[in-house]
Amino acid sequence: MQLDATDRRLIDLYQRRMPVTSRPFLRMGEELGLSEQEVINRLEALQAHQIISRVGPVFEHSRAGASLLAAVAAPQHEIDQVADRINHFPGINHNYAREHTFNLWFVMTAPDERTLATRLDELEETLALPVLRLPMIEAYHIDLAFNIDWEAVS
Amino acid sequence: MSTSASTSESMTLGNLDRELIVATQQGLPLVSDPWAAVGEQIGISGDEALARFQRLQANGVLRRVAAVPNHYRLGYHFNGMTVWDVDDERVRELGRATGELPFVSHCYRRPRHLPLWPYNLFAMVHGTSRDEVESKAERIHELLGDACRGHQILYSSAILKKTGLRLQRKR
Repeated sequence: MQLDATDRRLIDLYQRRMPVTSRPFLRMGEELGLSEQEVINRLEALQAHQIISRVGPVFEHSRAGASLLAAVAAPQHEIDQVADRINHFPGINHNYAREHTFNLWFVMTAPDERTLATRLDELEETLALPVLRLPMIEAYHIDLAFNIDWEAVS
Repeated sequence: MSTSASTSESMTLGNLDRELIVATQQGLPLVSDPWAAVGEQIGISGDEALARFQRLQANGVLRRVAAVPNHYRLGYHFNGMTVWDVDDERVRELGRATGELPFVSHCYRRPRHLPLWPYNLFAMVHGTSRDEVESKAERIHELLGDACRGHQILYSSAILKKTGLRLQRKR
């Protein structure tokens, strides 16, 4: 999908925050110089092409339970099986393979700290691998967004 | 159903708020009045859905409401988790400065696990090439200066699971 200048502006303006008001797309259209329907059409197209993953809330999971970044060093030839076992555990919502001795990095969530610790113990036992537990101590920046460099990506 | 306007409760989410999040966490309906559409799904008015949403945002239960970009699809094919061993005395000050760099999407302090894991500062950096990620990491390195005793860049080679789903409906 070719993004035009308006698509780019739309992403730049609303990737961090969109109006949470009545008729939000009308409001966005006023800022962009588009009709409400045009904003909706563009968002639909961007979503259909997976340029944006969704238009909606990003949930602060630390406010509704416990979560933790963890890593394991899976033997390279077993990495798929280990990843599969991790993914089938309750509360896993990210799992990335990374180029490192610690080659699987995942986030585990649970309703509370105790359940989280129990699940991690169980996971450790199931995998027969030590799980590196890296809870967040302090967040310095949790934007999860950054300025898109349109020159670089086009 | 009661709508007791509670003060910013941090841990307990009411059932309606939970349903509201479950109904919207994969995205708002792209219609003229998304609040009415969402409200209809969970049996409340559009005005109430909007008011609840605004409260969840003010409480910090929602980090943000946004058009969330898929960086990979935009062309950012390299995702480097940069990890740094930074002097504990200075990690807060330097972590904040690192987090302010425009290309860092998130920056956290985490515990070391010596001797296997000496790194206490994590900064996520995205790039369209490895060179780009590396030059960005170099800027972090310069910023950290002699407070940094070592670092690594962990590139992601595959996304094995990624879900925005965080809450399940209570039964």
